[in-house]
Amino acid sequence: MQFIEVKDLTVEFTRIAEDGTEVKGKRAIDGISFSVEKGSFVSVIGMNGSGKSTLAKCLNGLLLPSSGDVIVDGMNTKDESKLWDIRSRVGMVFQNPDNQIVSSIVEDDVAFGPENLGVPPAEIRKRVDSALKQVGMYEHRLKGAHMLSGGQKQRIAIAGAVAMRPECIVFDEPTAMLDPRGRASVMDIIRELNSEGITTILITHFMSEAAQADRIIVMNAGHVLSDSTPRELFADMDMINRAGLELPPVVELREKLGLPDSIMTVDDMIAELRKLCR
Amino acid sequence: MSIEVKDLRYVYSPGLPGETVALDGVSFEVHDGETIGIIGHTGSGKSTLLQHLNGLLKPASGDVYVDGQCITDGSVKLVEIRRKVGLVFQYPEYQLFEETVAKDVAFGPRNTGLSEEKIETRVKASLALVGLNYDEIGDSSPFELSGGQKRRVAIAGVIAMEPSVLILDEPTAGLDPSAHREILSMIELIREKMGIIIIFVSHNMADVAALSDRIIVMDGGKIAMEGTPQEVFSHEKELSAMGLGVPPVREIMTKITAALPEIESNALTADEAATDIKKVINIPKRDN
Repeated sequence: MQFIEVKDLTVEFTRIAEDGTEVKGKRAIDGISFSVEKGSFVSVIGMNGSGKSTLAKCLNGLLLPSSGDVIVDGMNTKDESKLWDIRSRVGMVFQNPDNQIVSSIVEDDVAFGPENLGVPPAEIRKRVDSALKQVGMYEHRLKGAHMLSGGQKQRIAIAGAVAMRPECIVFDEPTAMLDPRGRASVMDIIRELNSEGITTILITHFMSEAAQADRIIVMNAGHVLSDSTPRELFADMDMINRAGLELPPVVELREKLGLPDSIMTVDDMIAELRKLCR
Repeated sequence: MSIEVKDLRYVYSPGLPGETVALDGVSFEVHDGETIGIIGHTGSGKSTLLQHLNGLLKPASGDVYVDGQCITDGSVKLVEIRRKVGLVFQYPEYQLFEETVAKDVAFGPRNTGLSEEKIETRVKASLALVGLNYDEIGDSSPFELSGGQKRRVAIAGVIAMEPSVLILDEPTAGLDPSAHREILSMIELIREKMGIIIIFVSHNMADVAALSDRIIVMDGGKIAMEGTPQEVFSHEKELSAMGLGVPPVREIMTKITAALPEIESNALTADEAATDIKKVINIPKRDN
């Protein structure tokens, strides 16, 4: 079943000139279509300015299409009466943890979303505790948010999204500002949430993170350049060069060695080298 | 040019409930032309350390010498030190403010009272060093540039002061792969053309391995390890206990050499790894 359907989506930014007239600006997204199956894990990659973050903001109606449609669980984001419903189904986690914390105490911050939905207090307590446990931050629940590290703050932001009980979470470069430990812990949580059935959309510059998805969408200048499994994508050197992407380390080594395109993991490589040894 | 750090100690909020020792007896030396990578997980004291190197923070005890001059005893004007030691903060593009790229880069030199002619020469040279063309983008607004270009303009503004030491706090964070590569080659070019001391902090172990002559590992406000990339990254277990890693190629090669003991490798880059593997295994040409 398709959870999100993007149909011929175009987003154009307009700016107001000095004389007050509207001037058509850049097309950030130029007529793209794809759908995301319920429960799947999709990565979106591409250079800065390729339209990834604009796309993310369209998925829960933070931005509306200039033309085309975004349908979330059967609801069109253009339908204003459905906007609350859509946003409670699709949560968002952004790049900078410091911009996403609204309360001074960790558990208040996680409770902010459900409180705004009018969830009864006892249910909020339950949701906040379980969300904090899920991201491994329960023991920090009474701490000041400013006392936390970047990775911990990002986990709080994820807990805030989880407490809304969404069916889908869109992560927009959630690990870009984190150290290696923070990155690993956030990726573990993302994979775990996905395995619990939350439809996951991950925008990232790290190919090793994108490679963990079921499917990778490559954006370039507002278009979808490629939409395939990680295995297919990282076997297509032509595409990788065209999109200005980086290779995951195993693939880079495979290319330096001139080994077959089918090698995607360290285990694949060990098996191949073993064969060649004999 | 040299930097000498002696027994540096710094405490945040001394005497308050949130008292934290951020630096605890840190000593090291950096010599002419060296490139030093500093690694450590969040809160290990990296950024606090950087801010001592041009006098933004004053240590609780200990001293910093820049080119033999003590900058911590109050005898030197800090303006002088900051001219010698250029500090590029994290996400420096947020600090761009002028109407045009040329004006933004010229801001520092202009404040030192240089002639307009000299300022222009410096602006052109600095932009060239960061891989940008004065004639192409000098008159553009810095806010119209791509993320990677913005960052390079901000770095050009520091280089235009002709520092003897360049310090960069996470110069590649948050960039896409191609902008990332541009920043790396920019750092290599600055090193080659200016021959100055470069000290940078990064979470990207592959960058640290590729750029550094020497690596300093910070943990809990102390220097936990110091050495060449080969030396430091041979301590995979210790690094991982500190929440750090090794370059991805090293991780892969650790697994490969464990499975195939006939391969010997302490490679840090894909090129080195490929060479080590080819020494032992004959790989047939791929038919395309």
